[in-house]
Parts: sequence; structure tokens; C-alpha cells
Amino acid sequence: MKRREFIEVSAASVGGLLIFSLAGEPMMVNAKAGKVKVPLRFFTGQEAKVVVAACERIFPANESGPGATQAGVMVYIDRQLAGPYGTDRYRYTQEPFVESAPEHGYQGKENPQQTYRAGIAALGADFVALDAAAQDERLVAVEKSYFFQLLRQHTIEGMFCDPMHGGNTDLIGWQMLGYPGPQMSYRGQIGQFNGVAYRPAPQSLEQILGHRVKPWEDERS
Amino acid sequence: METLAPVDVVIVGSGWSGMIMAKEIATRTPLSVLVLERGGPFRGFAAYAEEMDEVDTFIRMRHADNPANGLFTTRASYKDRANPIRQYRDLPPTGTGMGGASDHWGVTSPRLLPESFKIATHLKELHGADELPPNIAIQDFGIAWEQIEPYYTRAEEMMGTSGKAGNLKGTRVEGGNIFEGPRSKEYPNPPHPMPYGPLLFAKAAKELGYHPFPMPSSTPSQTYINPDGIARPGCQYCGHCSLFGCMVGAKASPNFTLLPILQKQKNFSVRTHCQVRRVVHVDGKATGVTYVNEKGQEVMQPAGAVVLAAWVFNNARLLMLSGIGTQYDPQTGKGTLGRNPTYAVNAGLDYFLEKPQNNFMGAGGLAMAIADFGGDLGEAGAAQGALRGGHIFAYQQGSPPVISGFGKIPNGEVQRNWGADWKSSALKWNDRYGTFLSTENHFAYRQNYIDLDPNYRDRWGDPLLRVTLDWTDAERQQAAFMIGKEVAIAKAMGAIAINPRPIPAARSGPPLMVHNHSHGGAIMGTSPETSVVNPYLQHWQVPNLWVVGGSALPQGDDHSTMTVAALSYWAADAFINKYLKHPGALA
Repeated sequence: MKRREFIEVSAASVGGLLIFSLAGEPMMVNAKAGKVKVPLRFFTGQEAKVVVAACERIFPANESGPGATQAGVMVYIDRQLAGPYGTDRYRYTQEPFVESAPEHGYQGKENPQQTYRAGIAALGADFVALDAAAQDERLVAVEKSYFFQLLRQHTIEGMFCDPMHGGNTDLIGWQMLGYPGPQMSYRGQIGQFNGVAYRPAPQSLEQILGHRVKPWEDERS
Repeated sequence: METLAPVDVVIVGSGWSGMIMAKEIATRTPLSVLVLERGGPFRGFAAYAEEMDEVDTFIRMRHADNPANGLFTTRASYKDRANPIRQYRDLPPTGTGMGGASDHWGVTSPRLLPESFKIATHLKELHGADELPPNIAIQDFGIAWEQIEPYYTRAEEMMGTSGKAGNLKGTRVEGGNIFEGPRSKEYPNPPHPMPYGPLLFAKAAKELGYHPFPMPSSTPSQTYINPDGIARPGCQYCGHCSLFGCMVGAKASPNFTLLPILQKQKNFSVRTHCQVRRVVHVDGKATGVTYVNEKGQEVMQPAGAVVLAAWVFNNARLLMLSGIGTQYDPQTGKGTLGRNPTYAVNAGLDYFLEKPQNNFMGAGGLAMAIADFGGDLGEAGAAQGALRGGHIFAYQQGSPPVISGFGKIPNGEVQRNWGADWKSSALKWNDRYGTFLSTENHFAYRQNYIDLDPNYRDRWGDPLLRVTLDWTDAERQQAAFMIGKEVAIAKAMGAIAINPRPIPAARSGPPLMVHNHSHGGAIMGTSPETSVVNPYLQHWQVPNLWVVGGSALPQGDDHSTMTVAALSYWAADAFINKYLKHPGALA
């Protein structure tokens, strides 16, 4: 299969999309072309660096395309955790908490904020400084944990979400997949491209509608 | 508790069942009709466009009822402890807000087969009672195909269903579903244009000697004006369908097809954010309902008649909480309330192709299907322990748009589900897979039932519903039989790789999750000994209480929305033409 071409993400464009965040502690993340200030809503600066490193191992930048760091996955997760999701406003939290079959899903008491806080700590304070192989070893050790399940799922979400959520910076994930974004109509295309890729340039929901859309996580808990 | 001004008819729930009852009664009689909805008002098309976002709408499921309120608990056997569903897994079973789940359904719209309505009689004639699975509890509906057929037609015309008839008044029509029951009319709209995967499926199925047809879908394929004068645009194939509200109002929803008519009626009113807790009854007569209003105050709403049209199992739960009827006991087989919960048996697979699919385009119900294994499976099935099947179809819904569909990889290609190798494979196969599904008969069994949970309560302090349900060997054999047929079709399509969906072992898998194709709990039937409502969906013991919806289906059978809608029209006609003239038990 032919390799797709990919865009480079500049630090300036990362900053341009992240700037509307208001709360939290400012921090530095490494971007491809320089350092950009990213305000945090939930993570401490140290935690954010661990999350950036771990997500990059889950979805690494390599010859197949950009990775979690370039897409701003950590920013996505930070905002989800700071919103209603992070404090279980939409989960049934009545006791007793009893473990059960996997089909019942997560039955624990801890909310996503608490799960992340403990999970990040368990990866070790030195996680960021380790080389890739040693980082993978630490991740393999926790790969059956609920924390890792969340981290993996949220990494994919942050790669391919609408940019209003803080991830998929500059539509980098959608460009990689050839996903056009939430277009309002394919009435002229359906049934017309059988077995042939239809790949119009991706657009975000905001670009398509022509106005800002408020993501759910901004309804602060 | 404050007592409000009485109404003639109070209806609990604003999904298809409640709104069809409301529209028929409010437009055909002078009675005052009040609908109570636990969620919020219809938010309009502009809001639905802003909700075309996978994270908030598809993954966090903001159209579904908030699990924090308390959903239900599940377990495989009465010997087990039930655990609550704390967050949604798979598709959410419950909607909230005007239209309920009928506002964000996937619009797959087949009818049941004629024999489905008398399945117990049919299978006993075909196989003899001895050959049926042990503890089977299937029952006849108590109505015949000829009685329900006109109501299917009304439902299809109201919704603007797109499809092609395969049996018009007994005449076979090639290209339609030739196995369907005789229809009085063609579908109101022609089939949708089909994408690549479903077309390949149809070609392969035909080569194998099967009879492919476009799955009926309740989104019009073109601009459509229904018999009530409601105009809707054709589907846009935007790929944000199942779990999403339709931003152009094409997808059939009570908010688009029924609410605009009701809003013009002076005898109709609706109140949102109203959580109904009890049906109040005295001496075998319902006197109204109590509910918690938007301000958190509990009030009494008196009514001349009560219609329960809540989420499927919540109909039974409201009866249990209200002390109406006798709880079913699986040990003795006595009691009728809570009997026969079912959940469609699903079998399916993902197939992988060389060429791209453009999976992001699509619509709910956009599928090519076969019904060659839709009903009786004959000797070949019986030899494998499978008696009844269901539609097999290749679909392209568009949704999940991108995140939730990412990472489909042929089994065994990567060792780990994260990291560089996984990423490369996931990117390689992204948009090069498609999905088959079969939605099949699910028999009712004596050991499966619903009751109130002893441990967990909802936000208002009432016990959660407890679902006790598991597959038996019969369901596993049936799923295995169907997957075998599906794999053969996928191979004939030229699939590079095929990932069959695992068949759940006992005490595992989808039965514990109870998704949105659940049925039963307050079933209809011919005897008060074995059913909660009579064939008109009127409560056997409380004649001014009507219980409509999927709760009435005595067993699981395919996608059931059209059947639920048809039964709602049927019940509304009985209420208006029979009950109002002679208030009292109709059967």
C-alpha cells in the first residue's frame, strides 16, 4: 500500500488551537518546532509530562504518521478529566461497589480523576526520563489495569476527536485517516465511489457550521 | 403532595409508543391528553447539528438517560448477585428527552414474519414440544398477521420507510424480501442508494443462491410528505445516525412526524423533566400517576386513563413499584409481571477488503440483507440445534464515525493493542473493513425474568430493576449456525480476512449488558394467567391502564421498532373504537 503523506505540526499552530483554555497551571510541552505554553485544567505539570510520554508510546509518531504528542492528546485528556466525565457526573456511583464480570464494566469506586492520579503515580516519577524500551516495560506491567484501559481509549479519542476537545490538533489525526470531518451531506457521493477513496480535505465542526461549538467538558462539574 | 387538575388520558413517555397513542387519541377524540417525559424538550435541528460530535454524542452518549440516575442491574442466573450498569457499554438501551430512544434510533425497519405472532403454536406444530429447548417460555401474541398488517403499513407511511416489497398481496417480487409476509402496499419510498460493501454482499449472496434485498430503513430516500401532511427531506447519508438526532429532520422521529401535529391540538399538552414514580390505583382502577417535577416536587396527576409507554423494562418496573399485578417467580412459574425478558441474539463479523469503503458515509439501516435464514431453519438448522434465525445484513451506518471504528485489525496480525505495530496495522486497515450482523429470534425462557433489585436504588430512592437473563446452548448453536452462513458470504465477497464475533459462553457477553433490543416484562397474550396485558395491550386487571411498547413482546425477534409502532396504532384503535364506547375489559 502506498504511504500517505503527512503534515508537520508547527508549534505556532499548536498554540493557536489551545489558547482559548482559561483555567489551570501553565506548563511547557515539547512540540516539534519549539516550546508552547499550554494551560492545564486538571493535571499537574509533572503528571502532564508523564501522560505525554505514555500516550506517545501507545500511539507513537513514526514512519506511518504523527503521534499522540503532535495531536495534543494530553490536552484532550486533561480537559475530559476536568469536566463532568472526570468526576463521574454521568456514572452510577451508589454503593456497594462489588467487582463482577467484565461485561458489567468498571465497577470501582474511584472516578477517572482518581484513577489517573494513582495510575500516573504508579508509572513512576522517573518515567519521562526513561528510554522508550524501559517506558514500554512499565506500561506492559500495568496494561491489564483499568487505568491503562482508560489511557489507551483516551489516546485514540484524543487522536481523532473534533479539535474543539483539545486533541486532533490542526486535524492532524483526520488528515492521517482521510476522514473529512462531520460533513452535513454525502447525498451526491453515496453509491458513487465504490471501492474508490473519497477524501475531501477535513474540516472541523466549527469550520463546517461557521461558529464555535461548546464541548460538553466545558460544562464544568 | 399537591394534586393537579385532572386530565382524561396521561401518557408516560414520549417515544414512538407514547406519541402514537397521544396523536391518535388527541386528534380523533375530544379527550385531554397529557404526555409526561422524564428528559428535556426537543432542542431543534440547530442543536442536533452542533451535536455531530463523536466524543460527546456517540462515546459519552448525551442523548441517553444519565446512568447516574440509576439504570438497572443484571445477572446471568438467580443464583448470582446482580451488579448495576454503572456506565453504558455497547449501545445504550434508554433514551431521554422528547422522542426518547425513538429520536436517536438506527432506523432499521423490518416487519416480523407472520408466524412470529403465533410462534409457540407454530414451533410446536413444526417440531413437537419435545424437540424445543428445555424451559422454553415462548407464547403467541394473541393477534394474527391479518390484524396487525394494516398497522405496519400505517407506521411505514407515517415514518416514510424506504424499501422494496418482496411479497405484494401474495405475489412474489424479485429484488424485495420474498420471504416476508404478504404486504397490502409497496413501501412509501424507494430503497436508498447502496455503498460498496453492501453491494458486494448482495452480489456474493446472490451467487450463493440467496435472495438479497435492501433492508427497509425509516429515513426517506427522497423528499417525502406523509399522509398527515408532514414534509421531510431525503436522507443526507452524513454518517451521524444511530445515537444522533437528525440535523435535517429526515430520520423518522416522533419529534418530526408526530409532535408538530400534536402541538396544534388544544387538547394536548406535554411536560418535560417529569419522573413518574407510581401509578395510583384504587379497587382495580387507575386514578392517575405521581411524578417528581422539574423543581423536585412530587405531585399527583389525576387521570381517567393511564398509558405506560416508558423504556421497555421501565413499564414493568412502574407496575412493580405501583403494586399492580403479581411478580413472576421462576421457581414456581407463577405470576406474570416480569416474565419473558429477551434480547435479540446477534451474530456478526468484520470483514477486510483490499479497497477502501468510505465508511464515514452512511445512514442508519443502510444495508443489504438476506432473509433466507430469517425464519425456520429447517432440518439443516435443527441438525445443529438451531430452530429460528434472523436477517443477515451488511451495513454501513457511517457511525461510529471515526474514533470508535479505529483499530479494526485482522485477528492475529498484531500481538498488542497499542504501540507502533498496532498503530501501523490499524492505519493500514482503517476504512478497509465492513460489518455483517444478524438480529435473530431470542426465545423466552422460564429462568429469565425481571424484578426489583434488593441492593441498588435510583436517584429518587426507588429500587432499580434487576434483569436475570442468559443465553442457553440453543442461542449459542443458533449464533454459530448464522455465523457459519455469514463467513461463507464474506469469503465469496473476496474478503482478505474475517473476524467473527465471539459467541459468548455461559454467564458472559452481551446478555449481561442488555442493550437496546430488549423486550418483555409486561407481555401481551391470550390469558391473564400467562400475560400482563390482553391482545389490545390493556392491563388484564386494570381496564383503564394500557401498557404499550416493546414490553409487550412475548419474545425477542429481529429489529422490533416497526412492530412496536404497529402495536401502538393497534392499541390506539382499540382504545378509541372499543374501550371509549364500552369502558371495561376488552378481553
